[in-house]
Amino acid sequence: MIEIGLGHYLTLGAVIFTIGIVGIFLNRKNIIVILMSIELILLAVNINLVSFSIYLNDLSGQVFTLFILTVAAAEAAIGLAIIVVYYRNSGTIRVEEIDNLKG
Amino acid sequence: MIAHAIFFYVFSLIAIISAIMVTVSKNTVHSVFFLILDFISISCLFIMIGAEFLGMIMLIVYVGAVAVLFLFVVMMLNVAQQKNQWLLSEDSSGHIPIGLIISALIFFELIIVIGGWKYKPDLFNSDNLQISSELSNTHSLGQILYTDYIHVFQISGMILLIAMIGAIVLTFRQREGVKKQSYIKQISRERSEGVEVLDVPSNKGVKIDD
Repeated sequence: MIEIGLGHYLTLGAVIFTIGIVGIFLNRKNIIVILMSIELILLAVNINLVSFSIYLNDLSGQVFTLFILTVAAAEAAIGLAIIVVYYRNSGTIRVEEIDNLKG
Repeated sequence: MIAHAIFFYVFSLIAIISAIMVTVSKNTVHSVFFLILDFISISCLFIMIGAEFLGMIMLIVYVGAVAVLFLFVVMMLNVAQQKNQWLLSEDSSGHIPIGLIISALIFFELIIVIGGWKYKPDLFNSDNLQISSELSNTHSLGQILYTDYIHVFQISGMILLIAMIGAIVLTFRQREGVKKQSYIKQISRERSEGVEVLDVPSNKGVKIDD
């Protein structure tokens, strides 16, 4: 327990990943919280990559984390823009009321 | 080693609790604040285990840009009216136990993979990307980012550019009745349409406004 190894960080990543997935499944509020859950999932992936990179003494994991950070920022910008446009057109962003596709 | 363990447990406890609060809290603004707390504690973990550059970049990009973007959108969209109870909507509560079961399955699968994962040193052949001890983290990251990964780096810049253009195009709205400057009209004016020479009779004057 005292010796912090790779497994501790991977477990932390797994817990945050699962919390993100639960947030997507059980969300009944609005889409913004779903976007935040996606950010949590990407954060968990980043934790895994960085801890592997440190404990295996290989730098490419941190480079990949940098690119994941870039893509996450782009994804957040595009997703929030889509949400703004949808709210302007339909007046709601509640998950239950977005049923245009009748899925 | 004791200090490492204490810091790890404190920061990861804060991170997990704030991640739970992101999904659970009723107010969306509180969710954004807990997301910021989560990112800050995770970046503290990154700095602690030796990835200082990524920790700082994470603070700048997530806390400084993405979280503020979320706050802006929450502020613009009037989500106070969209407030809804969590887990208690009556018409669509059928998928909640299934979602919980699937999430628990995913978590246990991840834990099994972590427990059964063995480090095999003969499988890894990464000579040129070894973390050297005499260079700093930022220095070594920059050395391979601009040499080995230069094309990926350029492509990620293109992704950011495309995201910026896409966000502008998506949210741009052409309004009616707004006076705007038209450059092509301005620079294509001729003298013949701009200037009119009038012959003014004496003691009478002209009206030029109609």
